[in-house]
Amino acid sequence: MKKIVSLLVAAAMCMGLCGILGSCNNQNVIYVYNWGQYLSRGEEEGEMDILAEFEAETGIKVVYRTFDHNEGMYAQLKAGASKYDLVIPSDYMIAKMIEEDMLEKIDYENIPNYKNIMEDFKGLEYDPTGEYSVPYTWGTVGLIYNTKMVTEPVDSWEMLWNEKYDGKILMFNNPRDAFGIAEKKLGYSQNTSDETELRACAEELKKQAPLTQYVMDEIFDKMINGDAAIAPYYAGDYLTMKDENPDLAFVIPKEGTNRFVDAMCIPKGAQNKAGAEAFINFLLDPEIGLANTEYLGYSTPNQAVYELLDDEVKNDGVSYPSQEILEKCESFVNLPSDANALMQDLWIEVKGNK
Amino acid sequence: MKSKVPAYPYFGWMAVFTIIPMLFVLYFAFIGDDGQFTLDGFRRLADPYMIAIFLKSLWLALLTTIICLLIAYPMAYILSRMKLNTQRTMMLLVMLPMWMNFLLRIYAWMMLLENNGLINKLLGFIGLGPFQLIGTTGAILAGMAYNFLPFMVLPIYSVMTKIDGSLIEASQDLGCNFFGVLRRILLPLSFPGVITGITMVFVPAASTFVISQRLGGGELMIGDVIEMYFVGAEPNFNTGASISLVLMLVILIGMGIMNLFDKDEMEGMLI
Amino acid sequence: MKKVGSKLYLGLVFLFLYAPILVMIFFSFNASSSKYKFTGFSLRWYARLFNDSALMEALLNTLIVAFLAAVLATVLGTMAAIGFHNMKKRSRGIAMNISNIPIINPEIVTGVSLMLLFVAVLRPMGLQLGFFTVLLSHIAFNTPYVILNVAPKLRQMDKNLYEAALDLGCSPVQAFRKVVLPEIMPGVTAGALMAFTYSLDDFIISYFTSGTFQTLPVYIYSLLKKPIPLSINALSTLLFLLVLTVLLITNIKDIRQSRREARGLAG
Repeated sequence: MKKIVSLLVAAAMCMGLCGILGSCNNQNVIYVYNWGQYLSRGEEEGEMDILAEFEAETGIKVVYRTFDHNEGMYAQLKAGASKYDLVIPSDYMIAKMIEEDMLEKIDYENIPNYKNIMEDFKGLEYDPTGEYSVPYTWGTVGLIYNTKMVTEPVDSWEMLWNEKYDGKILMFNNPRDAFGIAEKKLGYSQNTSDETELRACAEELKKQAPLTQYVMDEIFDKMINGDAAIAPYYAGDYLTMKDENPDLAFVIPKEGTNRFVDAMCIPKGAQNKAGAEAFINFLLDPEIGLANTEYLGYSTPNQAVYELLDDEVKNDGVSYPSQEILEKCESFVNLPSDANALMQDLWIEVKGNK
Repeated sequence: MKSKVPAYPYFGWMAVFTIIPMLFVLYFAFIGDDGQFTLDGFRRLADPYMIAIFLKSLWLALLTTIICLLIAYPMAYILSRMKLNTQRTMMLLVMLPMWMNFLLRIYAWMMLLENNGLINKLLGFIGLGPFQLIGTTGAILAGMAYNFLPFMVLPIYSVMTKIDGSLIEASQDLGCNFFGVLRRILLPLSFPGVITGITMVFVPAASTFVISQRLGGGELMIGDVIEMYFVGAEPNFNTGASISLVLMLVILIGMGIMNLFDKDEMEGMLI
Repeated sequence: MKKVGSKLYLGLVFLFLYAPILVMIFFSFNASSSKYKFTGFSLRWYARLFNDSALMEALLNTLIVAFLAAVLATVLGTMAAIGFHNMKKRSRGIAMNISNIPIINPEIVTGVSLMLLFVAVLRPMGLQLGFFTVLLSHIAFNTPYVILNVAPKLRQMDKNLYEAALDLGCSPVQAFRKVVLPEIMPGVTAGALMAFTYSLDDFIISYFTSGTFQTLPVYIYSLLKKPIPLSINALSTLLFLLVLTVLLITNIKDIRQSRREARGLAG
């Protein structure tokens, strides 16, 4: 009896192993590395499962993994720890990766739908020659607040320093975004690498540290459930949160803010470049793009998709702010590495003050 | 049976999977990005704010250890005096939460401690609060004590079961009061278990990084700093490895001191 | 009075240990998608859980890794413990200290250092992190626990037993199987169980060494972002019930066994 059981167990294990190895050997697989919750996967009814659609149409299976900050993604790729066929980092990180020769040139011939991308989004600062990336989404950072808890008018980053909301203020848990807010508050550029300015920002952030909780995507749960009063985050995510909690409101502070573009890139060493390009092309399809954009709430750089959107979405000022506001926005560029290093050291100092 | 040969495969194994990785750490601790010898990493560690974070981590780990010890010691004693079958069931109950992934356990604590969470809801019913629980040092301590408590109960319990009950009775008959029994019988005999328990709680508590991030509202412990230097925006293996090395040394020295008291080479480790 | 006191104390500690888990179990049946408001009974989170193919894959991966890692670590560790036992006290001390490094070391350091090793070896070969690197890392941090569990049993064993067996005509292998192994078996099983548990639970080391291969904890970590799907409560509940069942079955079997033995002795 015991022997039979152990035989069965062994057989089960072997089958499992074959499954694991088998999936590695399968040629028509692409490995995609994207931000968490950044693709419509049909989790709720009425949403499209894009990965399934793609597999049905092309026969290519997608192994989908997620990261929660650019730096974590960068560290994984840099260490050579894992190979992906497609990654979706943000602008400044793409610039860094191009500089360090970590990206493969994309063959735009294989992406006929690239024509749908708005001209404004081609050849941007992070990829000036337009050879390495295809824009996926863009958006702005603003203040999300709970109108039940914050009754005074909100129009400035100052609110994140307001002692009245001690413990209910959330803040970006990464140096680049956190310093970006302090920089705007003090009227500096978000791309400063000046040591005095960075140190002044650190002083500012140190004052804020005891009042805040440092979070990234936990912001969703905390804002939706009314655990926190105010948080800086992305416009598109605000729309997702507002669906669950109508008390939330969004504003782009008067000091200006960060505007980002996230774009699809193919890292060096990709095993299935053609598959990745097919997937990019699929995502740029107007119908697929629309389903995805509606799910994400982020702004689309895809003209064909934009035209299909409801007027309400185009005009509510959240995803597609007015030109006047956009002029006050700044995009991150890749900083020299000693500025990044200084910022990281100061960041630890800031958080040590919590 | 008199031969060392069975350990040979493991010697090879340790060389590859224990010693070489440690050499990597050692290498990066002293060699900068440019391949030159440097002490920059250690210099950074000497910054006052870094020392403060380091000491805070050790302090929180110490508090966690004390909390666990205070809860676990009476518990282990009570359990060890129960009927054998009850003991077994009880120990399973102690172990059971350990089998749930610690990320799930932390999530459960997030539900309890949030500003709007269940503890504040309950307190609200009796007209108290709400209190700021999440994002505080207290939340980190609660989370760590919860996570590591079984590691303290297990080793103490296993030595307690070996203490002969008649010894306690005899000392009581001879006029020992409760504290006498505790001081003269229980503590000395359960000492190896206590030592093991302290190690098993203190070490992971001192170097944890997820708990402080999730429950402490991003409060930094030394584990967080190490993580940041290895997978942060500007990975600096030199600094990360230097801090790791110092943390390792501090813990090793601590263990060495503990082992001076414990002649029995971690006997209490047994389940 | 004293009894009541200790029962109360145990009750409080168990409340501390189980309240968070019970809360998750309770809310796994919540009909609404609110984290704190229970609006009614529903199984929707369970339905969603079972539709999650990535989760099922991660679960299978974890079980396979934990099983293989526990078996291999137990063999390696038991052999090592026997070898260590036969060494001189001084060299044994050194060997034990090296062996204990993965236990003493902050997990994050172990994870990072193994990642550095694997990448240095695999990268030139054009290979990447995955199943095997996770398995190797798990064996690496599990084996010391097996040794720590087996070593005391070897020390407690009567040294003359093995000699006696040889004198009575056993071959060394027979003597090991019939005399030594039964003596140290409780330590071996405890070690194997501990290895399996740690392997199932490990997040930090897998996080650094898994690449695109996903174990359950790594998958759970990826869930703990963005709006946390409440199916996580359902997942916790199922895992809890699974472990409870396994432990109950083994426990009941043990109790029956000991009763039978007792009866056998009496008869």
